[in-house]
Amino acid sequence: MTDRTPKRTGARTSTGPASPPRVSGVGGGRTPTGPVALRRLRTGAPSGFVPAVLDRVGLHPGDGFVLVHGPAGDLFVAFTDEGISAVVPAAVVGGDGERFARHHHRTTGRTARPAARPPAGLAGALRSGRARNLRYDLSGLTPFERAVLTTTLEIPPGEVRPYGWVARQIGRPRAVRAVGSALGRNPVPVLIPCHRVVRTDGHIGQYGLGVPLKRALLSAEGVDLERLERLAAGGVRFVGSDSTGVFCVPSCPHARRIGAGHEVRFRTADAAEVAGYRPCSHCIPVPVRSAS
Amino acid sequence: MAARRDDLGDDAAAGGGTLACLSGDLDAGYADFVRVHADAVYCAALRLSGSRADADDIAQETFVRAYRALQGYGPDRVRALEARPWLLTITLNLWRNRLRSAARRPRTTAPGRPLDVADPEPGPEERAATAEASRTLVRLLGALPEHHRVPVVLHHVVGLTYPEVASVLGCPVGTAKANVARGLERLRELGARRPDKEEP
Repeated sequence: MTDRTPKRTGARTSTGPASPPRVSGVGGGRTPTGPVALRRLRTGAPSGFVPAVLDRVGLHPGDGFVLVHGPAGDLFVAFTDEGISAVVPAAVVGGDGERFARHHHRTTGRTARPAARPPAGLAGALRSGRARNLRYDLSGLTPFERAVLTTTLEIPPGEVRPYGWVARQIGRPRAVRAVGSALGRNPVPVLIPCHRVVRTDGHIGQYGLGVPLKRALLSAEGVDLERLERLAAGGVRFVGSDSTGVFCVPSCPHARRIGAGHEVRFRTADAAEVAGYRPCSHCIPVPVRSAS
Repeated sequence: MAARRDDLGDDAAAGGGTLACLSGDLDAGYADFVRVHADAVYCAALRLSGSRADADDIAQETFVRAYRALQGYGPDRVRALEARPWLLTITLNLWRNRLRSAARRPRTTAPGRPLDVADPEPGPEERAATAEASRTLVRLLGALPEHHRVPVVLHHVVGLTYPEVASVLGCPVGTAKANVARGLERLRELGARRPDKEEP
């Protein structure tokens, strides 16, 4: 087995059957060759390896799922080898895994089996409300839907943005309704926070899983719903600070810090700009103006 | 609080690393089986072959062959298998076959050729020295003759126990230990050798 044909292997420097070929570029002092250095060469299979193997043997692995505590009730979270593929509140399917598996099969066409471990980072993301670094499997969606969801992931916990904001951020400012329906089809609610997208007039708006859950999720992350609704009822869409000259959407953390005597309310972004206020760079209440 | 509930995963997923779970329903358990062993098989294929493309081929083929073999095995035979050494035996054979066919077609990878694969992620600057050392070590490994390279890779890189190495090599445990030690010693000699000196 070790006798290789010396005539051919590295023919120029071959010095005998057992001698390894010259190693060029090695040196510059001692190279660590001990167990610790060798241990560092341990690598994992690349992503996509497992699906590729299963595909080759004609198996469709189905999704794994876990039941976890969410910010407003337990959640079934399903995932493939590529990432999280579905989230369903336990209350919707009625707490047991069998029923979730049936629900998952009905809605996605894929089977689901209980997994030993949740996907990496899930627990932390549910605790903090920041789930943008999790991996998602959105492979069944259109590019438009994926763009809407990816943008929605950027909305920080405790803040809300209007549908029009999402439409603008993905470069389709007129597609407000389409954004609404794409969010309504969000396969991974709670994690991709479509509950943080509200009506342009500031009202809380609809939610695929029911408005009470939307309110519960927002309250759980510290959104002051009463304040937002009071402002919305009064036609206020933006608030500014007369000491900084900056205006924001009402749920922006900068807006919430404005002192009582310094809050200025606006019905439109134009009114704010006419009054000499500039848009906040955190919540981006209006499109960034180009030079014109 | 996102405490997870293990009670859901009991029979179907827990113990996915053992072949016992495959003895009932191969198709249901095979995905988890691949997930559990993918890293070890891929790592062995990569460090033996030295090329990512070859490693991908060899490691995938390992699991395809394993699946076909398991389809023909009865439950008792499946239960008696030791998953890791069994898989790596397949990996090793596939790699050796590849070396042989490469030897017949000289334009492709020559056996024992210095390996060109370093650490997958070079890492930030502070780890640059380590990354460079790893690249060098990869080249040294490639310079080891096969009877030294295989035991060293299996034990020290992939992390197989001595009994597992022995099972893959088809030799007594004592012999496996000695081969690992000799391989490590040979690697040390290669590392200590000045690059500008010819071999004796």
